[in-house]
Amino acid sequence: MDITGRDPLFDDDEEDPELQNQSEFVASKEFLVYLIDAGAEMLLPFDTKKGSFVQVSYLQSVLEAVEENLKQRIIGRDDKVGICFFNTIQKKNIQEANGVYVWSELKDLSADLIRSFSTLHENFQKEVGSQIHRPAGARENPLYDALWVVQAMLRSGTSKNVAKNVMLFTNNDDPFGDVDASVRQDMRRTTIQRAKDAQDLGIGIDLIPLSRPGEDFNLAIFYSSILKMEVDDEDGAQYLLAAANKFEDLKLKLRKKLYKKRTIRKMKLTMVGGTEIGIRTYALVRPSVPASHVWVDSRNNLPLKTERSFICYDTGALMAEPLKRFEEFQGKKVVMALDELTKIKNVTNVQLQLKGFKPMKCLKDYHNLRPPTFIYPDEEAVQGSYAAFIALHRAMLQQNKFAVAFYGSRASSQLVALVPQEEELADGLQLEPPGMHLIYLPYADDIRPTEKYHICSEASVPRASKEQVEAAAAFINKMKLDSWSVFDISDPAMQRHYAILQAIALEQEEESLLEATDTTLPDSKGIMRANSAVQAFKDAVYGPLHDQEEADAAAERAKGSIASQKRKAAAEVACKEAQNYDWGELADTGKLKDLTVPELKLYLTTHKLPLTGKKELIINRILTHLGK
Amino acid sequence: MARNKETLVVLLDASVIMRPHLHVALQSLMSATGVVVQLMFNKADEVGLVFFGVADTKNDLNKELGGYENVVVSRPIAIVDEDLSKCLEDVPEGTVASDFLDAIVVGIDMIVKKLAQGKKGNIRLSLITTTENSIRDPDTGTVEEQVDNIAKQMSEQCIKLEATIVRIGQQTPFLDSKTQQKNEALLRRFESQAQAEVSIMESSMSLLGAMKPRNVTPTTLYRGDLELTPSMTVKVWVYKKTAQEKFPTLKKFSDNAPASDVHATREVKMDTDYKSVDNPDISVPPEQRTKAYRYGRNYVPISTELMETLKFKTEKGLKLIGFVPVSAMRRHYYMKEANMFVPEPGHTKSILAVSALARAMDASHQVALVRCVWRQGQNNVVLGVLTPYVATQLNRADGFYFNIIPFADDIREYPFTSFNTLPEALQPSEVQQKAADNLVHMLDLAPAENREMLQPDGTMNPILQRYYNFLHARALNSEADVPPIDEALHSIVEPDPELLSENSFAIQQFCTQFPLTPNFQKEKGRKRFWRERVKDEEVPLEIKDEAAMDVGPISFSSLVSKQVEEVGITNPVQDFEVLLARRDSSEWVPKALQGMKKIIDDLLDSAYSGNTYEKALSCLCALRSGCVVQQEPLEFNIFLRKLATKCQGKRLNDFWERVVREMITLISRDEAPDSDVGSEEAAAFLTSQREALQEEPQDEIDEMELLLGEAI
Repeated sequence: MDITGRDPLFDDDEEDPELQNQSEFVASKEFLVYLIDAGAEMLLPFDTKKGSFVQVSYLQSVLEAVEENLKQRIIGRDDKVGICFFNTIQKKNIQEANGVYVWSELKDLSADLIRSFSTLHENFQKEVGSQIHRPAGARENPLYDALWVVQAMLRSGTSKNVAKNVMLFTNNDDPFGDVDASVRQDMRRTTIQRAKDAQDLGIGIDLIPLSRPGEDFNLAIFYSSILKMEVDDEDGAQYLLAAANKFEDLKLKLRKKLYKKRTIRKMKLTMVGGTEIGIRTYALVRPSVPASHVWVDSRNNLPLKTERSFICYDTGALMAEPLKRFEEFQGKKVVMALDELTKIKNVTNVQLQLKGFKPMKCLKDYHNLRPPTFIYPDEEAVQGSYAAFIALHRAMLQQNKFAVAFYGSRASSQLVALVPQEEELADGLQLEPPGMHLIYLPYADDIRPTEKYHICSEASVPRASKEQVEAAAAFINKMKLDSWSVFDISDPAMQRHYAILQAIALEQEEESLLEATDTTLPDSKGIMRANSAVQAFKDAVYGPLHDQEEADAAAERAKGSIASQKRKAAAEVACKEAQNYDWGELADTGKLKDLTVPELKLYLTTHKLPLTGKKELIINRILTHLGK
Repeated sequence: MARNKETLVVLLDASVIMRPHLHVALQSLMSATGVVVQLMFNKADEVGLVFFGVADTKNDLNKELGGYENVVVSRPIAIVDEDLSKCLEDVPEGTVASDFLDAIVVGIDMIVKKLAQGKKGNIRLSLITTTENSIRDPDTGTVEEQVDNIAKQMSEQCIKLEATIVRIGQQTPFLDSKTQQKNEALLRRFESQAQAEVSIMESSMSLLGAMKPRNVTPTTLYRGDLELTPSMTVKVWVYKKTAQEKFPTLKKFSDNAPASDVHATREVKMDTDYKSVDNPDISVPPEQRTKAYRYGRNYVPISTELMETLKFKTEKGLKLIGFVPVSAMRRHYYMKEANMFVPEPGHTKSILAVSALARAMDASHQVALVRCVWRQGQNNVVLGVLTPYVATQLNRADGFYFNIIPFADDIREYPFTSFNTLPEALQPSEVQQKAADNLVHMLDLAPAENREMLQPDGTMNPILQRYYNFLHARALNSEADVPPIDEALHSIVEPDPELLSENSFAIQQFCTQFPLTPNFQKEKGRKRFWRERVKDEEVPLEIKDEAAMDVGPISFSSLVSKQVEEVGITNPVQDFEVLLARRDSSEWVPKALQGMKKIIDDLLDSAYSGNTYEKALSCLCALRSGCVVQQEPLEFNIFLRKLATKCQGKRLNDFWERVVREMITLISRDEAPDSDVGSEEAAAFLTSQREALQEEPQDEIDEMELLLGEAI
């Protein structure tokens, strides 16, 4: 199975609009500036919880996190990033502000950028330099200047389809702590104003506060006013927790193409009475495929242009894309126009017609064809959609029912199940959004009677006894996965693909490819724990002598059948007897013809040559084999 | 392909009671015996057709032994051809008596006579009956014994029975339901002894889907071990359970060859050429092409060979990862068509192991996660879930259904607004909730055990059915039109009228409780049109004026805080003013101007007897004053000239007259120094235009041309 292979839904000339949309899913852009504090505090050793001996500074771990994040982001979507440090010795920015160093202007992500960034920490102090001591009485405000610089970096691009963000890394919760009290208030005010201005321009400021050992990052001192949040203790703690997670998430190894939340289709759910509820559909689960590729000329790596042409098979003439199709039927060519084919498929003008409701148990496990589509009410299209949708949603959940509807689209019209999904939250994060999943149901034509393929015609099929079922239950109990989530397992083939791409693009060593672990493999420790239960289950269903029986059977198979055993024995005898003749000499002296056919056949058997033919042919075969 | 060959004898009840449903049954047979499909794929399946419950008698057994009356062999077992469809159209006259046992015996006799002893293959008897007529008692013994005898003979001959009991609509009162029950029991008796299956069809639609049109030869996807742990394996075979019957792919048709050429293939070859950018004449041979993958700004070329050596490799095999509660395995994780795991047939140990596992999983509500590699060297792994299939029939083995579930990579996490946090006004009231509860309760498609409407397993694909009907009709007559979908299949697509009338109160209640008012302005068609026009006309807006990135403090007027981003249709004038007032980017002014022009155009385009003129006029005034303030006189002047051309002497002439009346003139140099007209000229524009027009009525001028001409 090729991982790029996508099951075509309805193999036809028309493209499925849904799939078309997917290719259009060019991710939303994000313009992001990593704004990193390079001040003295950041050089403190970072408390690595795992107790490793090498102590890494805050700055370095931020650099590492950003590097991982860049590698992740380059696969994820078409973002532009810039990297800027503040509290630096060197300055580099168009505003010529002191203590601000723009290491990279906002630009498309590229392999070069990541490569040079990955070596930055080695000579950071030489190239950029951390400002250890603030010059006494300085009126500079690197944070203020940095925000200004960053705002300028982010000015290009319309804000409509681009999210502009700043990710601010610092472990200093009191940036104006060592400033003269006389100017502190002023600095504080202007900096807040600057941040506010940036936010008004549509720039989001995302603070990643790093707590120093022994003390939590105190948002209340300054940063809460930038983040536009009222801080009481609880919120602050929650924010810190979320931020810590975010920092860890930056280092995630999972490479995944990200998609913008995007409506696939806006439509109406037509109720049985004819009233319509506005809904929008979304793709929440779709098989991921490797990022797009282009063909290049291998001599110069320049992209190639593809040209498609249609040629009439009979006349060899070049033609426009034909608008007619045909099918061979009874030796005739039955011609249909494309619009007739469209007409055949168009069985309804209603987008989603509700048919009724069924208890959940009617939805069988095999009633599935492709990934579902998520639906959510659309108040914008039809007023009152929320109320009607929510009421139905609740009623269905409460009565444990799903809705059956007919889904009409140009590509495939079919029955669908609308399965209500309750919102599920964990730690304030939405695990499952509220709405309904639209599940595509098969027709009778699509369901195979697999259960009946091996019907036992005489007697009944063996069934597990009560004891055997109990043994199985004990085994299942031992093999339970605790708190399993669908996010636990990533696709090893996709991760490998991205790892290869990254390794080649960044000219990494090939060993880096070996790291990736295949999370799909069963956990061997868990299996060890289940060992006794496995043995009990095995004994219960296979009998205690199973392994021995299997070994015997394997040995038996190795020996082969009785006929082949005979043949083997005969060959051995032949081998022995053939050794009594000096074939080479017999051949040289032309005495082969003096031997009888059974004698000659000894040679053939020994060398596994065909035994057929007349004596003459056999002698020739022997001579050929002897190379004479 | 001989091994695919099928022999089917259809036993169709044509008695008086069955008559009303005969059309559907025949339609079903048409598809079931797959006349069209068979002909299409040149299959050599054999079909025989027997009518029973008819006035005539015509069968071999009757000739040889007597009895077996009211059974007519309409067509002996023969390869499917056009004749079959004729036989299906030519139904003999019905009568009251219909004895399906007689029909079954006749069917068996036909098969035995036609086929040599011990012949393998798929041999089926398909019985369609109402079971509303009683069975004649046999001369010796009981009916039950007779059934047992027949069943025994059938299993010796490897003949399968598919019985379809038709019970459409309300049962007619004069029928003895005891007869029905008795007959059903007789048919069920077959189920336990021979390979038989009884299904009850309660609607014409499900009758239509009762028979599978195409019998696919089962092929396994995988045969081998399912590794529960390294120390314990089970032998399983994996088959497809659902596989979408695709709409056929037709060949492209070329009419280049003369119509008289009978040997013409009519085919079209499609060529894809790869050409280098610098020399478009040369096509690059395949060996010189390399795939390059996108990596940020770069494309990274990776040769197929390198990719092949580096990429993920797998060993064939199925491994159990563990068990999870069924509640954690959400139904919407199922990604593709389902498969089925069955224990290796005949391998008792595996049958027992699967049976024990399936039953234990079923009882403890657990499902199994498995990692699958179907073939050696397959370059990905499949993650799936096994759910138990616990067989109810004694002659079937227990097994598992298998569905592919997503990896972390395949899930997109989009946030959605929680229903609970929505404002009260958007939430359903208590009365509304009751109406919805009632609707969900009443509109029940599965009101009783064994009674389920629109069951996927019995619902035919109306589109495929329509396609084959069309193909058949077109083959006979090249002028044939696309047929409407079959009457009986309407109930798949449209709401069931019966269900509607039964529950009209609940439906009515729901409709009145929930006022749903569509927002026509936001409708899709119009929006798209709009967007396209923007594309056509609009010069891309780029911010060139970098000085506009004012570093000074930004005023936060109440207008800005509303964050209007475009000129909307509801409050265009206000939006426009807000946008002009926004200072956080220089893009807003051109955007506001463009947006306003669009709105005016749009208002006029959608005008119906002047209903939008008032609004359009106020927009035009606002646009004019906006252009004066922003010192963009050309923007307005060009627009007004365009508007003049658009309106004068045409449908919108009355609007232009109002413009003249309101004295909305061009912007003169007095108002804005950059203007292209003086004050006199500006004032004269309105009148002169009128005169010019009166002199020679203009033809419609291409708007774009006009615009460009003026801009230069």
